[in-house]
Amino acid sequence: MATDDPGIMIARVGTRTPGGDLAIGTHAMETTDMSVFYGSFRAVKDVSLQFRDHRITALIGPSGCGKSTVLRAFNRMNDLVPTARVEGRVLFHGQDIYEDSVDPVEVRRRVGMVFQKPNPFPKSIYDNVAWGAKVNGYQGEMNDLVEQSLRQAALWDEVKDKLDQSGLSLSGGQQQRLCIARTIAVTPEIILMDEPTSALDPIATLRIEELIQELKARYTIIIVTHNMQQAARASDFTAFLNMDEDRAGQVVEFGVTADIFTRPKKQETEDYITGRFG
Amino acid sequence: MSLPGRATYPEGRELAQVVAGRHRRGTIFKLTFLAALMLAVIALLTLLLQVIDSSFGYVALQNEVQPRELVASLGYGEDVDLVDLSKADLVVLLQQTISNNVGRRLERDQRFFDDRLVFENESKYVELCAGAEPVPGCSATARDQPGVYQLVVERVVQPTVLQTWTLLESVFSRGDIHAEAAAEYPQADLVFRSWVSGRFLVSPQAPDPAVAGVRTAVLGSLWIVAITLLFSFPVGVGAAIYLEEYASDNRLNRLIQTNINNLAGVPSIIYGMLGLAIFVRALEGFSSGAFFGVGGAGATTNGRTIVAAGLTLGLLILPIIIINAQEAIRAVPRSLRQAGMALGATKWQTTRAHVLPSALPGILTGTILAVARALGETAPLVVVGASTFITTDPSGPFSKFTALPIQIYQWTSRPQDEFRNIAAAAIIVLLVMLLTLNATAVILRNRYARRV
Repeated sequence: MATDDPGIMIARVGTRTPGGDLAIGTHAMETTDMSVFYGSFRAVKDVSLQFRDHRITALIGPSGCGKSTVLRAFNRMNDLVPTARVEGRVLFHGQDIYEDSVDPVEVRRRVGMVFQKPNPFPKSIYDNVAWGAKVNGYQGEMNDLVEQSLRQAALWDEVKDKLDQSGLSLSGGQQQRLCIARTIAVTPEIILMDEPTSALDPIATLRIEELIQELKARYTIIIVTHNMQQAARASDFTAFLNMDEDRAGQVVEFGVTADIFTRPKKQETEDYITGRFG
Repeated sequence: MSLPGRATYPEGRELAQVVAGRHRRGTIFKLTFLAALMLAVIALLTLLLQVIDSSFGYVALQNEVQPRELVASLGYGEDVDLVDLSKADLVVLLQQTISNNVGRRLERDQRFFDDRLVFENESKYVELCAGAEPVPGCSATARDQPGVYQLVVERVVQPTVLQTWTLLESVFSRGDIHAEAAAEYPQADLVFRSWVSGRFLVSPQAPDPAVAGVRTAVLGSLWIVAITLLFSFPVGVGAAIYLEEYASDNRLNRLIQTNINNLAGVPSIIYGMLGLAIFVRALEGFSSGAFFGVGGAGATTNGRTIVAAGLTLGLLILPIIIINAQEAIRAVPRSLRQAGMALGATKWQTTRAHVLPSALPGILTGTILAVARALGETAPLVVVGASTFITTDPSGPFSKFTALPIQIYQWTSRPQDEFRNIAAAAIIVLLVMLLTLNATAVILRNRYARRV
């Protein structure tokens, strides 16, 4: 099904879209024929995607189609599952992150992750941001880093007077922005977001979406979302994943978000985005 | 066509009957459960009552010499009690009464003062204490005021307990007791005595129940528990961290896990045999202290020391600590570990900074409860070789020991009534220690639970 080379497609789309700067730039991350196995079960099959620098790419698809699994393969979080195994290539600036010489600890500093449910550490707001920097041997002025990170996460004004309070005392939306600040503090190049707003109310969701737009200037963002409006609103590229008959997730269609939502090439995509299934 | 429900479910009068029947059966079960609870409560209350009943009550005491006379003989007024006298005064009383020979023997066991001898000439001091092999009395610390007071009571006042009454008797048939005592023991004093008292806590073990105390046993228990904790806490928590955070799910690790779970249910006396074989026999050089050059040639412990007992109990509670710590670590949300790892921290950094602090209250609670179990263990200590009668405080990890449960066991097996009273008093001391530990566990848990 997903035999179209998305790279070629983007190039084509890029040339014909007005203001088509979407195609300009290098790929921060690239996968070729990536499959992820849990034991003998193949959860994701032959995923080939390219993620452009300083762009937001959304992964959409029905529940259980392996979106999160794909995302977790990008910073080797799947390593934490004992039976998980990745085949194919996952290139980060041309370097395969699954090569033996690559330390997953380093990968995770360069490819940060924000989770579905806000999960601040049960520590002070300050320590939440500072801890990641500390364990990675940050040598600069810690107070500045904490302030900068919180400012970038649009949280500084709300918490600057209570940095010593527990991160858990914040509201859900604030907690999620704290998690983003914490991720920013270790200066990753890519930020992976696994349904970052699914546990939040609409207003908090909006704030996170605005924040993601601001972060785009500095980071490459890959976001998994269940919310199709969110993907349409907030992303530059969209990949639609679906399960095949073995329940293995595959990329059905990948391209510029506007195209996916207005002129999908595949019937399957159209069915999904118009709400006919999934 | 009628709905199927109409025909198959009871309606009307029949329905009311069926529902009433269902409620009735529910009530029967509820009452059964209530009865079970009541049975448990009654059993516990009986136990408590039994202990308290024996710990307080009237005693017919006959003294050879009245303490009041002794105090007066030293020139103090009516308001001073024998207990309040200084150590020096008490030693003077001893000197007045006991023979020099007895005094010398006491002094060779343990001196009265660090800097001088009372029953020996000063010249003897050099011979006894400064020689190549000083007598035990010189190397041990001098007797303290409670110890000397006990000697005065034992040797000078010489109280004899003629009869004891329980608390219930003392409360409900006071008149009868007074009449009985006046008729049968005209010479004796009838006093209401609390067997558990400050004096009971600080007095060392003695052959006479009227003056015996639990200090030796309590100190022994504390020493043993300290060794137990020092051994089993780091080892247990370390093993739990490995099993939860590092061990992969393979056959060997599952086997180890199953065995740990089973070990937690092994009868304690078997651990006693293990301790006897390993710590007392095989590692005698270590557990008697000879390996470290302490204990000396004169030590007669044969490896039956506090260290051996502490390590044996440590082995006993090790599986419990591992299991409790594992549960506490497992209860830490996965998301916390992922958050740490996703920031580029190593596994150990994440475990150290987030998993362990979150698991700590659970680990501590589990450890305290395990230690409470060790504190109450008797069987393994009997096997390892607890001394049944020692009057000197444990001086370190390589000394002979007795423990509170051993002391209670030993006292309850004596025929005289008074030993039952002090056994009950010792049980109260043990219960208070156990409840204190459990309360600490509860407080710790609540404190940390509120913080998160």
